[in-house]
Amino acid sequence: MTAIVDYGAGNIFSVKNALDHLGIESKLTSEVSELEAADRIILPGVGAFPAAMEMLRKSGLVDTIKAQAKVKPLLGICLGMQLLFDRSYEFEECEGLGLIGGHVDRIDDPGLVIPHMGWNKLVYNHSCPLFDGLDESYVYFVHSYKAFTDDSSLYAYCEYGSRVAAVVGDGKFVYGCQFHPEKSGSAGLKMLSNFCAL
Amino acid sequence: MLAKRIIPCLDVRDGKVVKGVNFEGIKEVGDPVECAAEYDRQGADEIVFYDITASHEGRGVILDVVRETAKKVFVPLTVGGGIATVDDIRDTLRAGADKVSVNSQAVKNPQLIKDGADIFGSQCICVGIDAKAISPNKWTVYINGGRIDMGIDLIDWVKKIEQLGAGEICLNSIDTDGVRGGFDIPMLKAVVDAVKIPVIASGGAGKLGDFADAFIKTDCSAALAASLFHFRELTVGQVKDDCRSKGINVR
Repeated sequence: MTAIVDYGAGNIFSVKNALDHLGIESKLTSEVSELEAADRIILPGVGAFPAAMEMLRKSGLVDTIKAQAKVKPLLGICLGMQLLFDRSYEFEECEGLGLIGGHVDRIDDPGLVIPHMGWNKLVYNHSCPLFDGLDESYVYFVHSYKAFTDDSSLYAYCEYGSRVAAVVGDGKFVYGCQFHPEKSGSAGLKMLSNFCAL
Repeated sequence: MLAKRIIPCLDVRDGKVVKGVNFEGIKEVGDPVECAAEYDRQGADEIVFYDITASHEGRGVILDVVRETAKKVFVPLTVGGGIATVDDIRDTLRAGADKVSVNSQAVKNPQLIKDGADIFGSQCICVGIDAKAISPNKWTVYINGGRIDMGIDLIDWVKKIEQLGAGEICLNSIDTDGVRGGFDIPMLKAVVDAVKIPVIASGGAGKLGDFADAFIKTDCSAALAASLFHFRELTVGQVKDDCRSKGINVR
C-alpha cells in the first residue's frame, strides 16, 4: 500500500486520482501507524514552506517521516520535495526535514516570468529508477522557489534562466520531484508507477 | 526550456459544453468530460472549463464535471465563471481543479485575489480580464462578460492584481474576441511588459498562424481558444506543429 500524507496541504486528491487510474492501491492518511505500515510514502504539498512544516509538526509526523525515509521509499512532490531539504528561505529561514542536503530559495532572475509555470523538459543528470521507460520528458511545473543541492543529489534538472532542480534524491530511499507528476500526462504517470514499483 | 502552452477552453452550461455562436443561439456540442479527454489526447497543455451557468442551483454541476474529469485527465484543469468567494475557490480546488479563474468578482472585490492567494497559494489564482480599447494603447476593464465598462485602466489593474498575489493573467480582448482575425497583439504586449507573472492570450484566434503570431510578437506564456478547437476546425496538435515549424518551443 502507498500512503499519501494528508496534512492539510494541497493536491492530495490529484495524486490519489492518478494512483487510482494506475490501479495502485493507496490511502490518504495522517496516522503514524499507517505510515509505518505502508510500503512507500508520498509527501505532496502546495503553498508556502513555513506553513507546511508547521502543519507537519502539528500533525506529529516530522519524526515519523524522517524515520520511515531510512527504511522505505519516500517521494516528495512540489512543495513536498522542497520540504526534504535542510532549510528554506521562503519568507523566513525555516528548517526542513533534512533528508537531502541543500536549501530552497527564490528563483531570482529579473528577466524571468515568475512563477515558473508550465511544461519544461527534463535533462537527465544521473540515472534513477523513476526514469525507466520514459518516452516523453516534458513535465508540468508551477513554483517560485527552487532547490539548491549537490550534483550527486540532482538526478534531473530543467533550464529556466539557469538550472532548476527537477528530480532529486539521497541515493537511497528518498526521491523528490519539483514538478507535478500527477499533472504531467503520460510522463508523470509513468514516473509515479515507477516509484510505486520500488 | 519552458514550452509555450496551448489551452483549449470549454464553455459549460448546466454541465454541457456549449459555445455561444451568438448570444441567443447557444447550442450544445457535447459532454465536457469527453471533450476534455479528447483535448488531452490532442496534446492540450491545460484545459479550462468556463462555467456560464446562470442559476445558483446549477453551480454544483460544474464541480461534478471537474470531479469526473480529474479522474481521467492528468493535465492541469482550470475553472472559471461565477467564482465569488473563498469558499467557492476551496470547493472548486477540492473537486480537482488546479486553478480557478476569477474575473468580474475580482474587479468588484479585489481582496478575493489576496485572500485566495494567501490561503491556497498564488499558483492557483488566475485572474481573467475582459478589456477593450478606448484609444490606441489605452484600454479599460469590463465585467459581466464584457457588458459593463468599469472605467479602470487595464495597465493599472494588471499591476494591482500582481501585487495582490495573482499567479497568472488570462487576458481576453473584447475587440478581437469572436472576430477571428488573430489575438490583440498591442494589448497583449502592453500587459506582458507591465507584469512578471505569466499572461495567457485569449480572444481572436481564427486560423492556424494566429497562435504562433502571438508567441513571436509578444512574450505571452500561453494562448487560449474555444470555438476553433470545438468545432474541430483545428486540433491542438496542428497548432503545435505550426508553432514548432516556426521555431517556437512547444511540448
